[in-house]
Amino acid sequence: MTDNNNGSGETLVRVDGLKMYFPITSGVVFQKVKGHIKAVDGLNFSVQRGETLGLVGESGCGKSTTGRAILQLYRPTAGKVYFEDIDLTLMKGEDLRQQRRRMQMIFQDPYASLNPRMTVGSIVGEPLEVHNIAKGPERRERVQELLKVVGLNPYFINRYPHEFSGGQRQRIGVARALAVNPEFIVCDEPISALDVSIQAQVINLLEDLQAQFGLTYLFIAHDLSVVRHISDRIAVMYLGKIVELTDRKELYDTPMHPYTQALLSAVPIPDPRIESQRKRIILEGDVPSPANPPKGCNFSTRCPRVMAVCKEEEPEFRDAGGGHFVACWLYETVPSQYAAQEQVAVAN
Amino acid sequence: MAGNTTGGGSQPASLATHERRALPAVFTRWWHALRELYARPSSALGTTLVLVFLAMALFGPLIAPYSATEQISGAARQAPSVQHLFGTDHLGRDVFSRVVLGARDILALAGLGTLFAVVIGTLIGLFSAYRGGLTDEVTFRFFDSLLALPALLLALLVLGVVGPSRNSVLVVLVIVYVPIVARVVRSVVLSTKQKGYVEAARLQGESTASIVRRDIFPSVTPALTVEAGLRFSYAIFLVASLGFLGVGVQPPNPDWGLMVSQARPYVSLTPWALYFPAAAIALLVIGVNLAADGLKRVMLPGREV
Repeated sequence: MTDNNNGSGETLVRVDGLKMYFPITSGVVFQKVKGHIKAVDGLNFSVQRGETLGLVGESGCGKSTTGRAILQLYRPTAGKVYFEDIDLTLMKGEDLRQQRRRMQMIFQDPYASLNPRMTVGSIVGEPLEVHNIAKGPERRERVQELLKVVGLNPYFINRYPHEFSGGQRQRIGVARALAVNPEFIVCDEPISALDVSIQAQVINLLEDLQAQFGLTYLFIAHDLSVVRHISDRIAVMYLGKIVELTDRKELYDTPMHPYTQALLSAVPIPDPRIESQRKRIILEGDVPSPANPPKGCNFSTRCPRVMAVCKEEEPEFRDAGGGHFVACWLYETVPSQYAAQEQVAVAN
Repeated sequence: MAGNTTGGGSQPASLATHERRALPAVFTRWWHALRELYARPSSALGTTLVLVFLAMALFGPLIAPYSATEQISGAARQAPSVQHLFGTDHLGRDVFSRVVLGARDILALAGLGTLFAVVIGTLIGLFSAYRGGLTDEVTFRFFDSLLALPALLLALLVLGVVGPSRNSVLVVLVIVYVPIVARVVRSVVLSTKQKGYVEAARLQGESTASIVRRDIFPSVTPALTVEAGLRFSYAIFLVASLGFLGVGVQPPNPDWGLMVSQARPYVSLTPWALYFPAAAIALLVIGVNLAADGLKRVMLPGREV
């Protein structure tokens, strides 16, 4: 596959120090905050107009929370989310409603994300009415057009969600997201609830739509091969933080962060000879609780290449050259007091 | 890929039809529910009892041979007979007529009280739970404190303030049951508002009122129907209790609770004047309860208690 970098160089969404903490409380009315689940803990990245940024990580690492916080479905605890030059975190009410026309979401579960008591026509047509785009027969026409665009039969307009298969439902979800002509779509694991045979269809649909409408995607997934296929750049998340962010090709050819290396080593290769010789990096232990992340680097408890400094100081997320961002002490100058310990350890 | 349509050939017939109406679906659901109720002996009995009392309330004046207040001269303290099916009380009033005519009062009071409580409680529960935050917290802690008081005690407190009358009984029912209904609604809303389609509606910029009405309320209706049935049965009991205590419906109205309390001093002379209204209360409460229980099995399958 050729390198299809769709990024235009113009930044559409910029996330600056985004934090999303969920309080753990006790007591009634006068609640005491006992701690926080640090679902997203200081993210910095940007999405360029027209590109697809893949966001990968294992369950519970804060991928979906990131998507929702960007769209202001959750109000971020700290940090800024800029859409073009508008700070979404400061907006509310009618202003936010107006901005929401420009950004939409495709949900993971095509069963829970469609109201079982509404027809396809109402589900897809609702946003048209809310934003005064189309009414009456015009709305109906537009809905049928949208259904055609996502590869559904326009006659389905009067049917209910339960009359469709998972893949078809997801297409309805895509049509709903497209209804308001958004520029930016957060795809929250849009295919992980689908059968493998359907996954490719939906991915291809998303790619076609991107080309057709110049959409920008934040594509959240836990499946590296899917992300590899669709993304221009990929960010790897671990326990609420981005550990590595770079071009797709760069990430798969020369992964820098030990976590990324471990993830990539788990992707099977469809060739028995190579597969039998493939070395896997098996991570030990469990992901620490996001309520109580480890001191220093979040990955230090499971990292196969852990050093003394990793357990004390947090590595900075910075450009290691050519737009390859990584947060790891292996690629940074270790402060002198730790460097000495490191040598002692090696000598022993 | 995107161009080709998934499934289904041409169906020109359905293209012209307007969007489906929800009304017939509601009717079939209720018809279905009624048939389900009659599928079990206990709920069939309950439903039948309720229907019988309902008929009594609607057609009472046609069924009752005497008026509720008519004192039949020379016929006081008569035992049940063909002339007076349930006998007569110490004032010579026909007990059967009074029981039949009393059905309207108790059903109307309990029914209206339940209706108001359900409507108000649902509105509070829906919006408070959907908005969440401090208002929700404060509202429901206040409701919890109301729930801590026994219903009857709360009722007496309220009646002590507003004075006994039919309208006061309504006010009491609303105050006593709004917190309970609101709590049930809230619990369903809290789980529904996490659903993907609610988030999707928010993303599309729908207003709170529209999200609550179109996306949240429909998921509340099954639990709400069951709760309304239960509240109705308790409301009947409460109305009768208040009548018995003399703070509810006032004489000479043929209130069952009031009839029991008036017949009490003469229980050795005219026991029938006490037993029949008491039995009517018991049967109606049992009937509504059984029907509500059956309704629960129909509307909330898999959540039997």
